[in-house]
Amino acid sequence: MNELIAVAMSGGVDSSTVAGMLRRDGHAVVGLTMQLWNQRRLPEVSNEGATGRCCSLDDVYDARHVAESLGIPYYVINFEKQFEANVVKPFVEDYLAGRTPIPCTLCNNFVKFEEFIDMARGVGAAKVATGHYARVRFDEASGRYQLLRAVDATKDQTYFLCGLTQKQLAHTLFPLGEFPKARVREMARELGIQVADKKDSQEICFVPNGDYAAFIDAYFKEQGVETGARRGEIVTSDGEVLGEHSGVHHFTVGQRKGLGIAAKEPLYVISTEPMTQRVIVGGTDDLLRAEFVAREMNWISIAAPTEPVRAQVRIRNRHSPAGATVFPLDGGARARVRFDEPQRAVTPGQSAVFYEGDLVLGGGWIE
Amino acid sequence: MAALRDTAANASSVHQDGQRARQRLEQARSQVARSLGCGPKEVVFTSGGTEADNLAILGAVRSSSKPARHVVTTAIEHPAVLNACRHLERESVEVTYVRPERDGWVNPEAVRAAIRPETALVSVMHANNETGVVQPVAEIGRITRELGILFHSDGVQAAGKIPVAVGDLGVDLYSISGHKLNAPKGIGALYVRKGVAMQPLQFGGRHEGGRRAGTENVPGAIALGAAAELAETHLDERAEQMSRVRYRIERRVAGEIPQIMVNGWTAPRLPNTVNIAFDGIEGEALVIALDLRGFAVSSGSACSSGAVEPSHVLTAMGLTAERAKASLRFSVGLGNTIEQADALVDAIAASCLHLRRLSPVYVEVVA
Repeated sequence: MNELIAVAMSGGVDSSTVAGMLRRDGHAVVGLTMQLWNQRRLPEVSNEGATGRCCSLDDVYDARHVAESLGIPYYVINFEKQFEANVVKPFVEDYLAGRTPIPCTLCNNFVKFEEFIDMARGVGAAKVATGHYARVRFDEASGRYQLLRAVDATKDQTYFLCGLTQKQLAHTLFPLGEFPKARVREMARELGIQVADKKDSQEICFVPNGDYAAFIDAYFKEQGVETGARRGEIVTSDGEVLGEHSGVHHFTVGQRKGLGIAAKEPLYVISTEPMTQRVIVGGTDDLLRAEFVAREMNWISIAAPTEPVRAQVRIRNRHSPAGATVFPLDGGARARVRFDEPQRAVTPGQSAVFYEGDLVLGGGWIE
Repeated sequence: MAALRDTAANASSVHQDGQRARQRLEQARSQVARSLGCGPKEVVFTSGGTEADNLAILGAVRSSSKPARHVVTTAIEHPAVLNACRHLERESVEVTYVRPERDGWVNPEAVRAAIRPETALVSVMHANNETGVVQPVAEIGRITRELGILFHSDGVQAAGKIPVAVGDLGVDLYSISGHKLNAPKGIGALYVRKGVAMQPLQFGGRHEGGRRAGTENVPGAIALGAAAELAETHLDERAEQMSRVRYRIERRVAGEIPQIMVNGWTAPRLPNTVNIAFDGIEGEALVIALDLRGFAVSSGSACSSGAVEPSHVLTAMGLTAERAKASLRFSVGLGNTIEQADALVDAIAASCLHLRRLSPVYVEVVA
């Protein structure tokens, strides 16, 4: 049966190629672009010239152009309200609470694989397909949808997909997970996709030039919130005051640059204390942690375990997963992770994702 | 095509080709004038309905001799009127936006109550573009004549669907648009009663009696003239055909789909427009689902930014934002048949059932 597949089209090469591949293979395809953020908001940080960011008019134009040349119906759907409530607000609040959030994971959990799947199914699609680099398969033995790392390890995006539920995975296709990026660009050219040579998008889509502190300041200004009272002290773990700062949201654990302090040894941010507005700094050894707790655990490829399990645990996107023992807490709702070797910069607000080889066992948020 | 070939010359030129273009232009003006029941000199060609509305409102108010100025309009006007009024507010003109009754009909007495000694202009649309509700323009015209106040009506939706005679309506200014009469986009006209002072919006040559500078769009005007004449000649039979199809859609939807409401059903309405709220449904999803099945319908009015705000017309009628977003507008065209209406209703019924099954908010009311 030729079921309708909705492709989430961003105007980039990956999702455009997905639409082209599915069309080539004879599927009925509809292209949908999510309008998530109005780039004309926050004039202080808007960067009209920037391309390759979410929801710029150029990207919508590209997506529409690709859909037209593939001969598939195409629509722009507006999720600005949902995006602001579920992604932008938590992003800002996390920074002020001394955490370092990952908006992409929130967006995947609450917008791209929730609202989007609902809309796609509503208009008559049986499945959605995206340009993410990851693989899904159904495991007969356990009756679970499993998430696996992409074949191209350098492009793997499973770190950001660790919140996907069984229901979401059941309706999702990741056609690019089987291919290296270079092959995807080749396929794009073979399929006559106009954006085959477009640059990959980088960083957080709604934050121009990666300057999230400027974004947060501009967002508060727009909302009429005073940020002046957020100044605080930079101190060592012994309580020695080394300097001042203009808000904890300018700092993230492990950060070295931008402290504005001269010291003999390099200084790193060890933690931030939103209650006292203090930023704690120390040497590189002070960053090492052997243990942490992850909350809001989402178990994917296996059911919530009752016994400790061995896993390779990744604590940020660019981190090489490290061997650890995972102790389930509260029936698997939380988990204590004990690394074999202490790891640098375990950062509250980031995700912890547990792997067994290519298999994503599950993931949660670092407390 | 003949119109394009014969009118390559500038209608203001002395040479014979120019004279021929001028002749065709004036012939078109007479056709438009006859369809509105006015004199040819009272017709100003514009680039469309928006320009006609802007010219009427800005042009008339700016040339008003009253010292403190005030405008009365309604909350359900087209953005071409609403935003022209908002612009006047920046020029220190006060504007009263009269709200309609719950069925979308504007009470003439509410308009009378809003009028003040310094009121320079009243602007009330002849028929609403979203609900099709026909407004009591003749009654309002009697009030404005009695009080000696200029009266503009946006007739873009009404012209060609219901009889228009500017003398009977008591209007001083009346806007029409070419593409709503099956002429091409890019041409429209404004009736300006003889003796009404009108400040132009743009400056250049003395075209259109000094009211609208710029070389005339002669092919457009010819098409509008022909379309207006055809619409007038066939008004009754076209209205009957369209209302038969519209009635079929309305009756079947009301009979076969639970929890719907025809917005404005107790008010007099155009023969071709019906606006229906489907409880528990995201209008955007239903629009796409129907488009994928080959039916072009709209939810609210499409905004160029892509933002989906609930319709200002429906919310002014007292609908909740949720119900306004669950509302769709169906416009019957000239060639539409009963068979097409039946196919549309079948598609609506299937899509509604599907969408409501997926909807987390729809609760079936059991009588």
